Amino acid sequence: MIKRILILLVLAMLAVMFLKLASNYHENSTLSTLGQYYAERGPAELGAANLVTAVVVTYRGLDTLGEVTVLFISAAGVGLLLRRTRRTDDDEDLDKGDRAEETAGTHKPASEIVETATQLLLPMVILFGIYVFLNGHLSPGGGFQGGAIIASGTMFLLLALPESHISRTLIAMTESLSGFSYVIIGVLGVILAGGFLDNRIMGLGTYGHLFSAGAIPLIYVFVGLKVGFELSAVLDRFRKEDSGPL
Amino acid sequence: MSFLADIHISQIVLCSGLGLVLIGLWGVLTQRHIIRMIVGFSLLDTGIHMVMVSIGYVTGGTAPIINDAVPVAEAASRIVDPVPSALVLTAIVIGLGVTAVMLSFAVRIYRTRGTLMIDECTESKG
Repeated sequence: MIKRILILLVLAMLAVMFLKLASNYHENSTLSTLGQYYAERGPAELGAANLVTAVVVTYRGLDTLGEVTVLFISAAGVGLLLRRTRRTDDDEDLDKGDRAEETAGTHKPASEIVETATQLLLPMVILFGIYVFLNGHLSPGGGFQGGAIIASGTMFLLLALPESHISRTLIAMTESLSGFSYVIIGVLGVILAGGFLDNRIMGLGTYGHLFSAGAIPLIYVFVGLKVGFELSAVLDRFRKEDSGPL
Repeated sequence: MSFLADIHISQIVLCSGLGLVLIGLWGVLTQRHIIRMIVGFSLLDTGIHMVMVSIGYVTGGTAPIINDAVPVAEAASRIVDPVPSALVLTAIVIGLGVTAVMLSFAVRIYRTRGTLMIDECTESKG
């Protein structure tokens, strides 16, 4: 009871703070100094039409590398938590794990509609994902969004054909290769251009064309591949460890 | 109706974002079911993203993409701030990673305890 009152009190106090915050809020009428700098100088400096991409990939590229690292660590954490082999010193754990393995093979087959729709849509979903990360510097989208779309294609596949096998070696290889290439491009920026992850190691090209903005499309291809395969691996982990009906 | 005319779109987004934060926090604090707590965390995440996006909004601004529709000369006066958008992009990805780890913990707890109610997992050793 006391706990409940405390929770309500905390929420009420937060609500009062938020109310003050919201009532004192004024919509900006001009850009912040930093935003203005990016808006005025960004297109000429980096050649990327999408300023958010310019900020994410180049101006704050190091943050994005950190972001990719966090995603990698969380995927590794999911893999570690949902791994199949169990420690032998934990009897109860072992027992339940064995039961889980028995039930893992008995998936209900997907309906015909889902299966047919997957066969029809899967190539298009993946193509759309590739389109989104290739055009990240021109239109809304980018590596992370494209990667998420590719992973949703994988989700489709897992729903329609629960027994389908996804090669874990392929996933691991693609993921580490693209992550490695991403860092290599970053280091090339230090050697050939102004700093780590500088996109001007390649020509800026014609503004607004697909092959423009220096290394940004290349970086986004690697980020997209990495994110797509990483999220697919996470989804695969959740499926493989399916312990029967919840 | 002059009262309604004073409300800006970003104020609506800000208030709904703050509301979502409160709902999410309420869910995390009061719910006993682990999946519901994870949903609470996701709501909290989404609320914070909405607050951040609304802070970057500039009156009458459009997406920060410089092309024929928004020439470079007019860019500084017509686009919204690209920095909060980029931050939110990062935050969404991190939130996804956190949710995945939380869900795998939930799977793990269900596997070892056979339950998802937090009340039945009070003892510290299993």
